[in-house]
Amino acid sequence: MTSVTEVRRPAPRAPDPSRGTGRAVDHGPWFLVLPALIPILVLSVGPLLYGVLLAFTDAQSGRTEPTRWIGTLNFQDLLHDTLFWESFRIGLVWAVGVTVPQFLLALGLALLLNQDLRLRWLARALAIVPWAMPEVVVGIMWRIVYNPDAGILNETLRDLGLGDGRDWLSGLATALPAVIVVGVWAGMPQTTVALLAGLQNTPRELHEAAAVDGAGAWRRFRTVTWPAIRPVALAITALNLIWNFNSFALVYVLTNGGPGGRTRLPMLFAYEEAFRYGQFGYAAAMGCVMVAAVSIALAVFLAGRLRGGDTA
Amino acid sequence: MRTSTGARVGQYAALLAYLVFLAFPFLWLLSTAFKPPTELASLHPTWIPQDPTLANFRQAFDEQPLLRAALNSLLAALASAVVAVVVATPTAYVMARHRTALARAATGWVVVSQAFPFVLLIIPLFLVLKNLRLIDSVPGLVLVYVVWALPFALWMLTGYVRAVPAELEEAAAVDGAGRLRTLVSVTVPLLAPGIVATALFAFVTAWNEFFFALVLLKTPEKQTLPVVLTHFIGAEGVADLGPLAAAAFLATLPSLVVFAIIQRRITGGVLAGAVKS
Repeated sequence: MTSVTEVRRPAPRAPDPSRGTGRAVDHGPWFLVLPALIPILVLSVGPLLYGVLLAFTDAQSGRTEPTRWIGTLNFQDLLHDTLFWESFRIGLVWAVGVTVPQFLLALGLALLLNQDLRLRWLARALAIVPWAMPEVVVGIMWRIVYNPDAGILNETLRDLGLGDGRDWLSGLATALPAVIVVGVWAGMPQTTVALLAGLQNTPRELHEAAAVDGAGAWRRFRTVTWPAIRPVALAITALNLIWNFNSFALVYVLTNGGPGGRTRLPMLFAYEEAFRYGQFGYAAAMGCVMVAAVSIALAVFLAGRLRGGDTA
Repeated sequence: MRTSTGARVGQYAALLAYLVFLAFPFLWLLSTAFKPPTELASLHPTWIPQDPTLANFRQAFDEQPLLRAALNSLLAALASAVVAVVVATPTAYVMARHRTALARAATGWVVVSQAFPFVLLIIPLFLVLKNLRLIDSVPGLVLVYVVWALPFALWMLTGYVRAVPAELEEAAAVDGAGRLRTLVSVTVPLLAPGIVATALFAFVTAWNEFFFALVLLKTPEKQTLPVVLTHFIGAEGVADLGPLAAAAFLATLPSLVVFAIIQRRITGGVLAGAVKS
């Protein structure tokens, strides 16, 4: 944080009348981009391409023989890997299962926070909390909530006379839904904040005019509010889908993929393949398949967005 | 606009439900952190610890090297935040002010980078860092964090740069200041609040990060806080709840404090970006 004070230091007014740097002006932008460009190329674009190449090799960790090209063998194996496709399916269920309720709940909260209600400040502050917490802590926290004995969930159920409760995270049927609830909770802030920003951008006069014309709340929402927040809603939903599909830490802490693989998201699967079994090439192939899935989702989203642009 | 009383009641009921949903897990974590073992074993746990104790916190520090882990996290987060901002500010400036091919490519990359599955990135990074002998070290982790924080940092900073009137820079240029000089003495001071917010955001991101730290840091002495926290959960998934809750609560405090400081700006930054997207 020391840099923060250093950055502030330069005096705001010091236009020196001396010339001299004029010649370098034309090359300025390129020179300024370099500090970010080099790390991006070396540590992001480069490794990404390297990763794609690895998918076509038999790279393994800690092996002494040289790595060989094996063509599409990894992908052929992957095609018949039922465990991976099961994990892929779970990943899709998880991504959609988290993103949709997350959007609806966040939209509701954003609409409420846009009203002139008391306690709004408290809700705003609380709505941000899950965002600030480390994912590992969110996972730990919900493990404690779900704990069969000392957890508040089972205790509440017992108090309400709804049975003895259960071991949510290790039940075959309850593990995935239980984990999805945590995913919804953890991702609400970003979505709410983005939607709220969109709402505050809605022209107030239009809203009032519609009310004067006797439009009900639902009609006002559909004709005034929704068109205004549509771009933000689409953008945040697409991002949420991608983020959720690629998520790792929450489920790693909550169930580590269990019970019996019921919550093993593709990221967990690929992580184990790469860093527990050392199958770098095979895991890279899984990564490629995940990129392809995400790219298709993005393409569909962009197409939808363009269509929306035509009608608007 | 007038809203009927019935609608108002409904709105407050909904708001209350949201408050409960958002707050209860955190309150339960707090409650658990202060409960003695006997209460944690009880089949009827209570919201307020009947016999509050600090023993869980002491035990947490005894069981795991929390202080060293916190120090590692602090180093990694501080270094990442500083480097990310220093590297991103000039680029964000170019992206905001110049419509060059490079700036467009950078904007495209910011979007595309959101779609990376980390697994495709981490395997090659793991191999590269291994060759550079930067694996299992905090500097290696910082490198990864900087690259990881760059997209969002660029996005936030670009929004802040756009908010600085270009006329001010033109005035400085008329007075004969070069581009770099204009940037340093006119733009950066005006950007300072945005730069601070971006740095703090990068700090929290790195402080909270788990996946890269899990893969890259193997020596217990070098691990960061989130990785060490998972050690409280045993191989069988059985955890000593009291110390676990205490340690988790402590690990969250810095993030919460920083977020409380930048909350308004984050909202503003996201707003600027979201509206333009």
